[in-house]
Amino acid sequence: MTGPSDSPVRLHVVTGKGGTGKTTIAAAMALALAARGQRVLLAEVEGRQGLAQVLDVAPLGTEERTLVTDPSGGEVVGLSVDAKTALLEYLQKFYKLGRAGSILEKVGAVDFATTIAPGVRDVLLIGRVYEAVGRVTKGARKRPVFDSVVLDAPPTGRIGRFLNVNSEVSDVAKVGPVRNQADSITRLLQSPATAVHLVTLLEEMPVQETLDAIDELGTLSLRVGSVIANGVRQPLLADEDAAAVADQDPRVHESLEAALTAVGIKTGPALVAGLLQEGVDHVERARLQAEQHAILQALDIPVHALPHLSDGVESGELGLLADVLAEQEGL
Amino acid sequence: MATPQTPVLDLDTILGDRERRIVVCCGSGGVGKTTTAAALAVRAAEQGRRVVVLTIDPARRLAQSLGLEELDNTPRPVTGLDTSAGGSLDAMMLDMKRTFDEVVEAHATPDKAAQILANPFYIAVSSSFAGTQEYMAMEKLGQLRGLMADGSRDWDLIIVDTPPSRSALDFLDAPKRLGSFLDGRFIRLLTAPAKVGGRASLKVFSAGVSLAGGVMTKLLGGDFLRDVQTFVAAMDTMFGGFRQRADQTYALLSRPETAFVVVAAPERDAMREAGFFIERLASDRMPLAGVLVNRVHIAGAKQMGAGRAEDAAAQLEEMGGHDLAAALLRVHAEVAETAARHRGVITRFRTSHPGVPLGTVPAHAVDIHDLAGLREIGEALTGR
Ligand SMILES: Nc1ncnc2c1ncn2[C@@H]1O[C@H](COP(=O)(O)OP(=O)(O)OP(=O)(O)O)[C@@H](O)[C@H]1O
Ligand SMILES: Nc1ncnc2c1ncn2[C@@H]1O[C@H](COP(=O)(O)OP(=O)(O)OP(=O)(O)O)[C@@H](O)[C@H]1O
Ligand SMILES: [Mg+2]
Ligand SMILES: [Mg+2]
Repeated sequence: MTGPSDSPVRLHVVTGKGGTGKTTIAAAMALALAARGQRVLLAEVEGRQGLAQVLDVAPLGTEERTLVTDPSGGEVVGLSVDAKTALLEYLQKFYKLGRAGSILEKVGAVDFATTIAPGVRDVLLIGRVYEAVGRVTKGARKRPVFDSVVLDAPPTGRIGRFLNVNSEVSDVAKVGPVRNQADSITRLLQSPATAVHLVTLLEEMPVQETLDAIDELGTLSLRVGSVIANGVRQPLLADEDAAAVADQDPRVHESLEAALTAVGIKTGPALVAGLLQEGVDHVERARLQAEQHAILQALDIPVHALPHLSDGVESGELGLLADVLAEQEGL
Repeated sequence: MATPQTPVLDLDTILGDRERRIVVCCGSGGVGKTTTAAALAVRAAEQGRRVVVLTIDPARRLAQSLGLEELDNTPRPVTGLDTSAGGSLDAMMLDMKRTFDEVVEAHATPDKAAQILANPFYIAVSSSFAGTQEYMAMEKLGQLRGLMADGSRDWDLIIVDTPPSRSALDFLDAPKRLGSFLDGRFIRLLTAPAKVGGRASLKVFSAGVSLAGGVMTKLLGGDFLRDVQTFVAAMDTMFGGFRQRADQTYALLSRPETAFVVVAAPERDAMREAGFFIERLASDRMPLAGVLVNRVHIAGAKQMGAGRAEDAAAQLEEMGGHDLAAALLRVHAEVAETAARHRGVITRFRTSHPGVPLGTVPAHAVDIHDLAGLREIGEALTGR
């Protein structure tokens, strides 16, 4: 277990193929960091309230709110970043726009900038996160307000574009403060203070998407902190047994019947055949999972495996995932 | 436990109905829309229909097995099918940027088209606007339907996959969002304030617009607004066409020749999403074929419950010498538990959506990436 300042990483960006567990893992990661005594900001940017559901708290707002306090003194603060609010805050801060902001809103300029102008929206969203990472306490001894920030980011299909604010903006804004802001954001994202974590299942498609994302992030000079293999199932059969089951060795059939009889279960052909078929499927899934795991381990990136929770995340087993993450090096 | 009000979804009847011309597979992300679309297409073709399937971002190996090596936005014949019933299958992958470019080329003079295609703002909108993919899927569907109607292709059934959006509703809503952007008040005011609005509002708005324009120029630099203005000016004549086409395709979706298959996973969230989508279809009077719950775990040894298997496994472990059998029983306990959970989710859905035809597709142990796998999925779709 490490203290608040052991890792240089301040911003954890959690992405992955849709539905692989990004939101769940982002929440678990924030809990793991808070358990080390850190003050953590946990943010979502798509307004889906996924984090609130996973943590079972009231919907997150556009204002930061403490969600969880840890006995260690750590704490998780939640935020749902909203492009419109971010734009108005930004205009207020830099231009003291006041009432003009509402005129902008009335003529549809705010809508235009936040939902339509490509790229601008992403700069606003990630700009808000950037601000939180850099925010320091008031007073003489300035220290960061948040020890780390965990971002439940868009899926791998969009992550390159999302994080590549610079080029997105350079298409539309060649000079001006938005451009300058984009440059500062890019500096943070490319520095050792940022780590992108790729969540995947040990299945072919998500693993392929993970590999593609690693390539893409590499070309953008973004650092992949880890690959998180989520929903990993424990193989239940020993290797030599697995081989015998997969080969449909007749001895498996015999020993199963004998065993069932020994514990007083009335066997029939349907029961035995059913159990054997389930065994074959299980072995096949386990083999596929091991294959995909091996592909990831051949990469030069730490791979963390998180177990499949058979009762689902709602059952309060999120802490279990947080515990596993807390033990990982380099987080 | 099927109650009498919950009909079984029989897709063979839908595919066999020659009046059906369009089947749309929709659902939330990752539930199996693309797989279902491909499986339906293979099945319909082997039953004698002349099918074209529009897929969106299929997994690489699935694409290969359909002969889709390149993304060229054109339907290509799929080989390796049983065509003895007189059917055929063409498959294509959507290229959204290409589709958008084609629309521009079709609606503008060559000069103007070239100007639009080179505009930085157009490039950004056509390749990254949230919703462009949905809009272009809709556009492509309209085009395919047109080719079928005017007899340039002899298809009699179009099967459409929908983009991987977080919400199934995006497929229906995104085209309108893009349409309202192209029609948007602000964007029009920026370019031609004099054309819009009454005299009274004009004053307020033009003041607001010049302020907004000023702020945006300050924030983004002058090029941005200039690009937008050039873009809007160049697209001006096409706006009506765009919206009209989107409206036409939308209307197509509510005709009885269309059938929506809502794909879902046997998880709470996905089923809830499916429920929202069904309500939406009903309120827009769009024809629902039914809900297909995909990747449902089914126990092989239905006779034995999870608890009994756990107990027996524990007993065997204690006795020793029966490791393999004990492990198989643990496997069964896991499978039986998942199967029970899936059954529960499905039963709850049936209770709250009586009358909605529902089908299930078993989870395969491995990914579906060849024709054999698609045929197997197809078997499960018949509701028998
Ligand atoms: N380790 C796990 N064991 C069991 N279920 C899990 C696990 N991780 C996530 N899930 C479940 O998988 C589903 C998807 O998880 P989650 O919402 O975190 O994914 P996501 O990647 O954020 O999805 P989206 O792309 O829709 O944002 C949820 O129902 C969640 O409860
Ligand atoms: N019944 C099934 N059994 C096993 N695997 C399945 C089944 N149906 C689909 N799959 C697998 O699940 C994965 C996701 O399926 P698919 O790509 O069809 O989903 P999708 O809804 O189109 O996803 P997206 O929203 O990303 O477009 C694929 O790897 C596919 O092979
Ligand atoms: Mg999520
Ligand atoms: Mg798909």
